[in-house]
Amino acid sequence: MNPDKPSLLVVDDEQVVRESLTRWFTEEGYNVHCSPSASDALRCLADHHFDLLLVDIRMPGMDGIELQRRLHEQDSDAAVIVMTGYASVDTAVTAMKQGAFDYVTKPFDPDEFSTVVKKALEHQHLQRENRALREALEITTEDIELIGRSAPIEHVRELIRTVAPTDATVLIEGESGTGKELVARAIHRCSRRRLLPMVVVHCGAITETLIESELFGHEKGAFTGAQYRKKGKFEAAAGGTVFLDEVADVSLKTQTDLLRVLQEREVVRVGSTAAIPVDFRCVAATNKNLEALVKEGTFRSDLFYRLNVFRITIPPLRERPEDIPLLASWFVKRFSEQMNRRFGGLDADALQLLCRHPWPGNVRELENAVERAMVVGREPYLHAPDFAVGDSPPASPAELSLEAMERHHIQRVLHQFNGNQTQSARALGIDRVTLYHKIKRYNLTVRSAGAEPRP
Amino acid sequence: MPDILFVQLGPLPPGLLEHLAPPASRAFHLQTSLHHPALDPAPAYDASRHQYLAATLLDALARLPAHRVLGVTAVDLFNPILTFVFGEAHLPGRAAVFSLYRLHEEFYGLPCSPDLLLARAVKEMLHELGHTFGLTHCPDFSCVMSSVHSVEGVDRKGNSLCRRCSGLLQGEL
Repeated sequence: MNPDKPSLLVVDDEQVVRESLTRWFTEEGYNVHCSPSASDALRCLADHHFDLLLVDIRMPGMDGIELQRRLHEQDSDAAVIVMTGYASVDTAVTAMKQGAFDYVTKPFDPDEFSTVVKKALEHQHLQRENRALREALEITTEDIELIGRSAPIEHVRELIRTVAPTDATVLIEGESGTGKELVARAIHRCSRRRLLPMVVVHCGAITETLIESELFGHEKGAFTGAQYRKKGKFEAAAGGTVFLDEVADVSLKTQTDLLRVLQEREVVRVGSTAAIPVDFRCVAATNKNLEALVKEGTFRSDLFYRLNVFRITIPPLRERPEDIPLLASWFVKRFSEQMNRRFGGLDADALQLLCRHPWPGNVRELENAVERAMVVGREPYLHAPDFAVGDSPPASPAELSLEAMERHHIQRVLHQFNGNQTQSARALGIDRVTLYHKIKRYNLTVRSAGAEPRP
Repeated sequence: MPDILFVQLGPLPPGLLEHLAPPASRAFHLQTSLHHPALDPAPAYDASRHQYLAATLLDALARLPAHRVLGVTAVDLFNPILTFVFGEAHLPGRAAVFSLYRLHEEFYGLPCSPDLLLARAVKEMLHELGHTFGLTHCPDFSCVMSSVHSVEGVDRKGNSLCRRCSGLLQGEL
């Protein structure tokens, strides 16, 4: 047998058919085996691998349909073409339902038969290739890409491993910049839906008027500017994961709509009345305390319970300072590749500085700090002065520079007014825009009442 | 010297076998000879299909003493699984057969063209004889060993072996 040539198994009780097909396929250059019965074919399949099976439907003993069913059970990846001398719609339908690639009636037109066989072999080749690629993908996506070896991050990793294979809805909590989307992606990658899309919805970034259409889609002409029919995010997930980021930021009206989708597993596009079934796994994230928002009446309790099936709380960076060196090294490596620079890492002073810093902006702030340092720093190592992070909170404000003092003061005022920027600006004697710029400049954390750490 | 024995199976256009012999001799470096008398294809006739079973003719041809035996017929050939065949051969083996039935322009409602018929017959002859030397179908569309299932396909392919098939044939010879 030539291993480079496709191998075929002809299963037919008529010797003349087996001989004719053997002659035909041998001329085509294929490796051909023959079986006079279905049971003989099963024995043959146990010992040899075949790309294509040509199976007669009517055979004494086990018929072709039953053989096909057995093959299906054995998870055989060979393509099957069913042959019959008596054209019958019923048997054709049964054969195709069982997964036959095609159905041909004897005698075959040579041109059509040749095309069917070639297509079946192509299909089988693609299927096998696809399976191999999926397996390769599974190997490369097995790891959960969360950097850190601290106990809190190990716990998060453990929770991901526990919940990912289930289809449970997950609520991810954590301050801004802790890596909620990273956790959501890890859950998706470790789930059975990993080969399907993960659709991210930044709830806070979509205006109220558009969110319904974004989430649920719209029909053509549903509103001004709706020139085409559009699928919503839940439909786009197509069996994958929908990640609702900043879920606390949606209005009560949208909360009602979300609750309906989570309960009914169907959406109604804007401008339509037809319910479309949707298959998805929901992962939601928030940097606020949803329970506090429920008490306040700004977040629906029933939606909260729907989302809070399995909760993962990501610890802020200040609670796992032992991960800072590892994270910093990882960012240095990543930016070195992106910036085409050759930094070997950080010196001891720089590491000490980073480990002392409280990182109110968490991992994202650390990432930005490393990136900035790599812009201003000189190879091969990053030094403490390269980092534009404040020193650790001093015992007394008198030790601070004017700039650090300003930063500290603004943070305190923001905290005092529960993150309300209008009130804070008024108290500071500056306008809101100036305050906004200073918040951005100092990378300050603005927490609302709901964002207070839970008791 | 080994030879290719041409066997007429039923009536054929006059002089056709004389035209087929030289290209066969050149392609396979063998002498050719003609079997007398012509054989009757009737035993291969299948009344239900109104066609002639190629395998029956091949078995009869294989009984004749020659290095290679080529049957040429004007009747319509079939095998049990296909609606028709242009020809068939033992691969590898000694016997080959092909039919002019579907190589005639008249079969397709077109005016008679003896030159085109001869050109097609040469290709089918070389193709089936090629199988007896162990050659399988060739992916090169211009090679005479390429697999075709229509007369347009016969016209499209060339009337000689590609370099690869020539090499394989040399090995067999």
